Amino acid sequence: MRRRLTPYLLVLPGGLWLLLFFVVPMVTMLSLSLQEGDIVSGYVFTGHWQTYADVLVNYRVQLVRSLVYGAIATVVLIVAAFPVAYWIAFHGGRRKASYLFLLLLPFFVSFVLRTISWRYVLTDEGILLGPLKDAGLLPDDFHILGTPTAVILGLVYNFLPFMVLPIYVALERIDPRVVEAARDLYAGPVVAFRKVVLPLALPGVFAGVLMTFVPASSDYVNSAVLGSSSTAMIGQVIQSQYLTSSNYPAASALSFTLMAVLLIGVFAYARALGTEDVMKVAAR
Amino acid sequence: MGEAAIELAGVHKEFAVHGERVQAVRRLDLTVAQGEFFSLLGPSGCGKTTTMRMIAGFEEPTGGTVRLDGQDVTGVAPHKRDVNMVFQSYALFPHLTAYENVAFGLERKRVARGEIRKRVGEMLDIVSLTGMDKRAPRELSGGQQQRVALARALVNRPRALLLDEPLGALDLKLRQQMQTELKRIQREVGITFVYVTHDQGEALTMSDRIAVMRAGAIEQLGPPRAIYERPVTRFVAGFIGTSNIIDGTVERVDDGVAVLTYGPGERVLVPTTAAAGTALEVSVRPEKIDLSREQPAGTGCSMLSGVVKDVVYHGTSTNYTVTTAAGPDLVVFDQNARDAEDLAGPGDRVHLTWSPQHSYPIGVS
Repeated sequence: MRRRLTPYLLVLPGGLWLLLFFVVPMVTMLSLSLQEGDIVSGYVFTGHWQTYADVLVNYRVQLVRSLVYGAIATVVLIVAAFPVAYWIAFHGGRRKASYLFLLLLPFFVSFVLRTISWRYVLTDEGILLGPLKDAGLLPDDFHILGTPTAVILGLVYNFLPFMVLPIYVALERIDPRVVEAARDLYAGPVVAFRKVVLPLALPGVFAGVLMTFVPASSDYVNSAVLGSSSTAMIGQVIQSQYLTSSNYPAASALSFTLMAVLLIGVFAYARALGTEDVMKVAAR
Repeated sequence: MGEAAIELAGVHKEFAVHGERVQAVRRLDLTVAQGEFFSLLGPSGCGKTTTMRMIAGFEEPTGGTVRLDGQDVTGVAPHKRDVNMVFQSYALFPHLTAYENVAFGLERKRVARGEIRKRVGEMLDIVSLTGMDKRAPRELSGGQQQRVALARALVNRPRALLLDEPLGALDLKLRQQMQTELKRIQREVGITFVYVTHDQGEALTMSDRIAVMRAGAIEQLGPPRAIYERPVTRFVAGFIGTSNIIDGTVERVDDGVAVLTYGPGERVLVPTTAAAGTALEVSVRPEKIDLSREQPAGTGCSMLSGVVKDVVYHGTSTNYTVTTAAGPDLVVFDQNARDAEDLAGPGDRVHLTWSPQHSYPIGVS
């Protein structure tokens, strides 16, 4: 009897935690999104679905922009993270752990603070653009801060480890002899990479995309700090609806819309990639 | 011997380990004939795997030349060498099926699709994996994975097949079965096999010739029988099978047979040209020695008497350890062909005899 109860007992603390801090707020928020009223006279539940249609119309631009920024950042992340992960996994030697630690080191500094420090790097006469402009390599009116580029660069920077780590784990598990076997079977270095290393690293890329695309799309810090009103992302809208306008139903409805869009996107992605196969390889 | 499939001339390999130069292979000269089953045998760290990896192209020699079919391939990348390797851990592609694994090399060589299907099918038949083509490596047993690895290499009809301890991961029964199988497949396809192993039994059963390696150099090279019966160094005698090494000084030479004496009636006869007074190391295989409790009558034999120290029953044979006047304890294997009872027990006085041709001088010092 005790043996049969043990698994449930193990699940209890985490389960309760999730119930309290995930399920309850979710249900509250869902209810909130269907209420009407204002901050002064209070909100009343009326089952008002119209809010969803309204926010979609009003904030479609920011929603689409967020998904586009998130997608671009994710693609840049894959391109930037793969070589780093590859190098650490296959050429890191005995220092692998140190390199991974170096990669994570900036993350001991607060997320917001790091992003603010990027302002100093990207500012018009800052340490990056200043010398380039002085040298005449860039026109005087060139700027990055406030542009989509700055926001996407910030996203890439802030989520880099979340892409490197899963890819590293996948690459680390590849037996170097398997790559040698490909070389032995008439595959040049490029073909061996494409036919063996890449397919075996795919589960890592898959996990990395999940871990970066979702938070990057709903991020509200990078755009606020590095962007301008023309780069506003959906996270910022939700934040200002909650904290500035106190329009709780609109904020809740936006949150749920974003969640639904991301979930649908992730499932479609998993289907298209054939998660089954990806996971099978990963579970080897 | 036919034409040379593989030639190593003065091949040398140095590694830097913690800033120190280590010589893995020292000026090795080696010729493997077409269609030969050739084994590189030695303990771990003797340079056998490095030698094989230099033939495959995974290591570049520090000095010397590697030739395949007479062509210098030193410095040629592995994928451009017409040899294939069977890896110790099989190194199958985990994301591909058995069929796709075997077809990998042919696809790289851009063989026509129909031809690939035909050859892969035939090869899977040869290695007895018919019907397993859709399985992923992890769905196959160790023995089956081993066969896929073999098929994956052989299907390309390479100039030579390099096998790096391919049976090491299998259990004893399967290993013995695969030994026979490997030999059969080699005969069937007629491809040169270079086989790296530390298992002397494996090397003796399968090889046409064996190179026994030690510390980066070849200690002895020859057919299994010669290696076993006539080891040229103490190392070879000890590494291949069990051997008794008897030290002694030649007392006199009668008709090309040296006599070493260890007391009245205690003598070892060795066919050698060594002159009287020479110090000899003599190797005698344990199964060549006859053990009896009665004083034997023979005169043209080596004869030693001693006391049994230990008796171990091994099923097919019984092993006796005997202390004699000739130095270290001698081991005697007695085939359990006739006797149900042991010939002697610990503490018994016994007489050991063997023919002169079974004494082999391993080093004249």
